[in-house]
Amino acid sequence: MTDRSKITTVNSSVPTDWKSDAMQARIGRRYRRERIFRSLGLAAVVISVLFLVFLLGNIVKNGAYGFMQTSVSLDVTFNADLLGDPSVLSAEEFTEKVRKTNMLRLIQASMRDLFPDVKGRRDTRALLRLVSTGARAQLRDMILANPSLVGNTERVELLTSDDIDQVIKGNIDITLAEANRKVKDKELSWLKTLQDDDRISLDFHSQFLTGGDSREPELAGVWGAIVGSALTLMVTLVTAFPIGLFAAVYLEEFAPKNRFTDIIEININNLAAVPSIVFGLLGLAVFLSVMGMPRSAPIVGGLTLALLTLPTVIIASRASIAAVPPSIRDAARGLGASPMQVVFHHVIPLAMPGIMTGTIIGMARALGESAPLLMIGMVAFIVDIPGSINDAATVLPVQIYLWADSPERAFVEKTSAAIMVLLFFLIAMNGVAIWLRQKFEQKW
Amino acid sequence: MINTPTETNLDTVQASPKMAARGVNVYYGDNHAIKDIDLNLYADEVTSLIGPSGCGKSTFLRCLNRMNDTIPICRVSGQILLEDDDIYTSGIDVVQLRARVGMVFQKPNPFPKSIYDNIAYGPRIHGLAAHRTDLDEIVTTSLEKAGLWQEVKDRLDTSGTALSGGQQQRLCIARAIAVNPEVILMDEPCSALDPIATAKIESLIDELSGRYAIIIVTHSMQQAARISRKTAFFHLGEMVEYGDTTEIFTSPKEDRTRDYITGRIG
Repeated sequence: MTDRSKITTVNSSVPTDWKSDAMQARIGRRYRRERIFRSLGLAAVVISVLFLVFLLGNIVKNGAYGFMQTSVSLDVTFNADLLGDPSVLSAEEFTEKVRKTNMLRLIQASMRDLFPDVKGRRDTRALLRLVSTGARAQLRDMILANPSLVGNTERVELLTSDDIDQVIKGNIDITLAEANRKVKDKELSWLKTLQDDDRISLDFHSQFLTGGDSREPELAGVWGAIVGSALTLMVTLVTAFPIGLFAAVYLEEFAPKNRFTDIIEININNLAAVPSIVFGLLGLAVFLSVMGMPRSAPIVGGLTLALLTLPTVIIASRASIAAVPPSIRDAARGLGASPMQVVFHHVIPLAMPGIMTGTIIGMARALGESAPLLMIGMVAFIVDIPGSINDAATVLPVQIYLWADSPERAFVEKTSAAIMVLLFFLIAMNGVAIWLRQKFEQKW
Repeated sequence: MINTPTETNLDTVQASPKMAARGVNVYYGDNHAIKDIDLNLYADEVTSLIGPSGCGKSTFLRCLNRMNDTIPICRVSGQILLEDDDIYTSGIDVVQLRARVGMVFQKPNPFPKSIYDNIAYGPRIHGLAAHRTDLDEIVTTSLEKAGLWQEVKDRLDTSGTALSGGQQQRLCIARAIAVNPEVILMDEPCSALDPIATAKIESLIDELSGRYAIIIVTHSMQQAARISRKTAFFHLGEMVEYGDTTEIFTSPKEDRTRDYITGRIG
């Protein structure tokens, strides 16, 4: 008690005893608190990093196989009786004939050679189901690209059905009782025969990156969604960037400071926090109902996302415009530059890195949005690759949502693979933002 | 109470002033920053505005080319004449006014562009150069007048912000000269510079004094004494005394001036 009073006495004539026990204990406590604070911070970082690693690890683990697909090699005889003779028929007639031919008969013929014992319609159908339904189109394209195949027997690699693919990838537990699994014993024994014959292979599957959506997991691809996302983002960028930039310039440089502009400012900040699905409802009401734009189209999606991105762009642009030193404005004004010249010659160029960074961050957010697009019909099942901003399309996050919702086991890995594609684009966009900031950053 | 400049100037034979303030009052909202100032500013001489911080000398300076326009709460009454035109009421375009009345700021503020573009910016926006060769000529002569040519002639395309503080300030002076102004306002141009750079700026001001009317705000009384012919002393928004620099510093008429010069106020 006496020690303590000695320490706390202010202005006492006795010099402070920095070596006293009470003082030492105080210092000890201070260091202890410091250590606790630091370890708490470190723990928080470690926990978040662990979660991130777990998330990414899980996605990569699930998704890596999504880029690969099982194929079966079959010796297909391209029967000229069935397909028509390209040397006799004209090119159009041949194409027409090939298109009309049921390619399943070619597959069936080659399967019969491999499994001569399989008899009966039911078994034959089951045998044919080892091969993907897309194999027919695969064969057709092969013949049309190379008519000289007709009349020959070639070993061709055809996709297997998604169930066989899942067995090969180890996602279907074949130790379960037959009744509890999708792939039956008979099919497994055929598969075994094919494997022993070295006809089954698991390879990189480029169609996942170049194809459109499909009901069959082995045929589904993300290219349609990538193009849809690109078109949508293009519309978003073209609308949100100039509008956001000019709004920011006006508010920051020209608008009078009064109650009205204060209200606008507050509301812009509020808009940035509005749930995205609300913007979807707005898009639905304005662009589809009132303006009658096409449903599911990137133009509507882009405009809706532009509404969502605008507050971000405006806030980021205003911040970087405000960060341009007033001395530069003074310098330009002092030389007789008009207010518009000050803005266009000096303020905007200097603020551009920040504006671009903000815009790209906003774009990245728009790229990851799905909720508002559900409202305007971009959630449809669309197989074709969109060719313009008026075509029906879907976007990457919605595609992920659709696949995650699909019952087939094989869509699990496709979902994760699509997430990886989306993350790749997000990381790429953020990388560009960082690069731009570093490249154009001004030192004062 | 306040010496009217017209009285103090009666003995000096002068042509008509280049710029003149007639009963100028400036208000920032309710704050009466400048009170009833009358002042004549003549071509081909340097006028110093001195006074303690917050006395309104910078505010007055910024009225002379209407740089205060951008401050919404700032209100100016009275007349400020450039030759015979009132710059606040007549049809003078602000943009043109600022080309005629140039300004150099306290902190060197070159544009983050090349040295060449810094100088060329003013002539470009005012269309002073018809050809690239004319522009080159303007850049060269402006840098020569500002005494910077020898130092930067080999690196005109490097950034103006890469120069030293003193060089930056001379670049800013060259930039102001490039639009061929009649008056140059300088707002404490040396306060951010070291003594050597300050000396260079001062000798530059001395060289320029024959060609332009120079009005300089300074906190350094030695500087005012060294470079200016006329000095005006401001205190609390009033102009206390105006006259020949030597007179102000050796035999001030007002007590407040004497107190400031001897360091008792300020």
